[in-house]
Amino acid sequence: MTLIKTQHNRRSFLKVSAAAGGGMMIGFNWMTSCTPASEPAIAIPSEWFKMNGYIKIGDTGLVTIFSPNPEIGQNVMTSMPMVVAEELDVKWDHVVVEQGALDEDAFKNPQFAGGSLSIKLGWDALRMAGAAGRRMLLEAAAKEWAVDVSDLTASEGVIKEKNGERSIGYGAIASKAVDIEVPEELELKEPKDYQLIGTYQKNVEGSKIVTGKPLFGIDFEKEGMLLAMIEHPPAFGMKVADFNQQEIKGMDGVRDAFIIDTTTEEPVWAEVNAFNSLIAIVGESTWQLMNAKKALKVNWETVSEAENSQMHATRLEEGLEKGNEEESRKDGDVDAAFAKAAKIIERTYSSPFMAHNTLEPMNFFAHVTENAAELVGPTQTPKALEDAASKLLDIPVEKISVNMTRMGGGFGRRLYVHFGLEAAAISKKMGAPIKLIYTREDDMTQGTYRPAYRSTYRAGLDEDNNLIAFSVRGVGLPEGPVFPNRFPAGTVDNYSAVKLGAKTNISTGAWRAPRSHFTAGAEQSFIDEVAELAGKDPIDFRLELFDRAKNNPVGEEHDYDAERYAGVLKLVKEKSNWGTDAPGVHRGVAAYYCHNSYVAQVMDVVMDAGKPKVKKVWCAVDCGIVVNREGAKNIIEGGVVDGIGHAMYSELKFENGSSVSKNFNTYQLIRHSQSPEEIEVYFVENEIAPTGLGEPGLPPATGALASALYKATGTRYYHEPFSTADQGEQKLEIG
Amino acid sequence: MATYTLKINGKNQQLEAAPDTPMLWVLRDHVKLVGTKYGCGVGMCGACTIHLDGVATRSCQVPVSAVEGKSITTIEGLSENGDHPVQKAWLEIDVPQCGYCQAGQIMNAAALLNSNSNPSDQEIESAMDGNICRCGTYTRIKKAIKTAASNPEL
Repeated sequence: MTLIKTQHNRRSFLKVSAAAGGGMMIGFNWMTSCTPASEPAIAIPSEWFKMNGYIKIGDTGLVTIFSPNPEIGQNVMTSMPMVVAEELDVKWDHVVVEQGALDEDAFKNPQFAGGSLSIKLGWDALRMAGAAGRRMLLEAAAKEWAVDVSDLTASEGVIKEKNGERSIGYGAIASKAVDIEVPEELELKEPKDYQLIGTYQKNVEGSKIVTGKPLFGIDFEKEGMLLAMIEHPPAFGMKVADFNQQEIKGMDGVRDAFIIDTTTEEPVWAEVNAFNSLIAIVGESTWQLMNAKKALKVNWETVSEAENSQMHATRLEEGLEKGNEEESRKDGDVDAAFAKAAKIIERTYSSPFMAHNTLEPMNFFAHVTENAAELVGPTQTPKALEDAASKLLDIPVEKISVNMTRMGGGFGRRLYVHFGLEAAAISKKMGAPIKLIYTREDDMTQGTYRPAYRSTYRAGLDEDNNLIAFSVRGVGLPEGPVFPNRFPAGTVDNYSAVKLGAKTNISTGAWRAPRSHFTAGAEQSFIDEVAELAGKDPIDFRLELFDRAKNNPVGEEHDYDAERYAGVLKLVKEKSNWGTDAPGVHRGVAAYYCHNSYVAQVMDVVMDAGKPKVKKVWCAVDCGIVVNREGAKNIIEGGVVDGIGHAMYSELKFENGSSVSKNFNTYQLIRHSQSPEEIEVYFVENEIAPTGLGEPGLPPATGALASALYKATGTRYYHEPFSTADQGEQKLEIG
Repeated sequence: MATYTLKINGKNQQLEAAPDTPMLWVLRDHVKLVGTKYGCGVGMCGACTIHLDGVATRSCQVPVSAVEGKSITTIEGLSENGDHPVQKAWLEIDVPQCGYCQAGQIMNAAALLNSNSNPSDQEIESAMDGNICRCGTYTRIKKAIKTAASNPEL
């Protein structure tokens, strides 16, 4: 039995049930009502009863579960309610799911999508909500029948007497359950008893997606709403001075044009923005606004140096020598160990700035009145937006509502709130509801990019090919990519890792698996080359190191669990039949730990008409308990494709302070024919509390790809994008 | 501004728009059919794919003045009840992650299967290469197209 302290005290229930009285819902009822988890097997209720922030139960037994966190494609809108439904003990086809609005008090959970943390951080709150609801229903039935709760059982939405005839459905008892006080401690299920967690349930919004229903922020519509677009400076280091305002205002379909300022006091990280001062144009249709943007004549002011890619390359090279040290670790005596090493290998890896390129461009709806604001749209950080909007508008947070729409991709881009603030500033100026939409060009040139990186790895082997020295120095513009306490920390007697930062005025932000995506590729490619130098199988070589970390670790601590790390390598080795060489098939392997999960991948590359192509990828994943099996596989598959795509093709070059790429005709994203033909995903089965999957699938892909490409072509790939960057020898294209 | 009568999803609709307005924005802003998505505006991502007389077309590249008299089909009109074999296959394989590109992928796939009911892997790749999926659901899309191709209702 697992006991958990509940936060669902009576006070919180009274608060929410008052708001929810008479079956009316708080929450987000834009255009659509509920989303059936599958075809609901029972009738739509006439009255609803709210159990807590997550659950309302209808008089027919239909249950609505509110999904607390933003949905960016990681499928939490299915998996989070599954956890609630498990503990509530209700059939999944009796459940409908709705996106919850921002209300962290009601959800007792941080509502954001970042760091692959939704399931990990929500695990207790979700289970508690379900268990609390179940307990309230049981107590209501016990009271009704004048028996003890322990005489009753609940399963699949029905309460029964253990030793009697009586039974009652959740729908029939729900009205009497809303006032029940929840005990301080509740019993949770053991993982072995799970009925729903670990099964495969389809995406609850699948039907809406394939029929084109309005789901995304860009689809949001409200009566009287105007459309708005922005024009930000064409380069980092520039600022708007003035523009041909009268001419623009006179154009067809333009209602107004003006400069807004979204500077907030004491900005937090989510408010990072290179362009706080922008031109806004408001009008009736998108095309008219696009034409108005083209007619802009702007005087831009230069406020700092215009950077370019050559400058960035120099800063990275210099930064490796004398960058600002941000973090480091040292074990043993690295210099002495290298001095006595029989073999030394040193390699440098690099990766350029990249854009997120969510396929749905930045957009947000805002309706700001004198003392209140309504914000609706795609945000990974609704709370940060609410706080920032409160500062910008000088309206208390209680008077600001934030509703989350489904998002056409996040990848970290929508952790930043500037577009929500811009919408708010425009609405305030207009005194009307507006929806702000970025063009693709606005989106790709706005910044918040993934930083550029460069790292140098060095390893020393003794005469018996044991790894006796390892060092890494890694620099980023602006933040370095190195995680000093991750692998191979703990496995080598003499170890040094230094994370360095260098300056840029290009604005940067978190990009799916921040820093890990680059470091995994560099480090795992390097380990492959070190294993080759040692004459060892790349998986066996890694397993030897994990044995060391497990049995006799170096240093006081390291970030990973060596046994789980080795576990995914062993699983992928078994599933891919590692060691059985098929003719014409070239294999690479990589493993990485980040965001609390472990992923190993084996990648098969074949040569097709002289070009390498990824044929098949095997993934082994340890994320603890798997909530929704097929959803989990899907996100890992996506990580693999994303990792291959960005390692192969992605790059932002800079000239005169501006990104040269402005749209998909000059920025290559991976496409169908370049994608692996097949991806298999396997999970380590255990009962460890679940951790995230949105990010960990991506980082190993670069390393596995680089090592497979080496086998296929004889060239080691050190610099991204592999397809065009000078590797010292040759260029390459996949597919 | 000019007045146009367009046949969208089997129904005639009258609307006013500047002649150079791309169909994408006519659909989204004027007709309020927002299933057709904006991704790039330059015909490079496929999110805005519709059918013009059954042929997959990037609606961001076609002005409203060029479509009068043609039969326009959007994701909302691909089937009456969301049960086109391609839509069913998408649900069966559980393709979407974020879902934003999927209307365009589905429209493109439906047009492909209309002209070639049993495409090879290579034919699928070459027909679908203009449709970006930023989440990387490509292997599932391919599987779903094959599933749809094997549906006798197709």
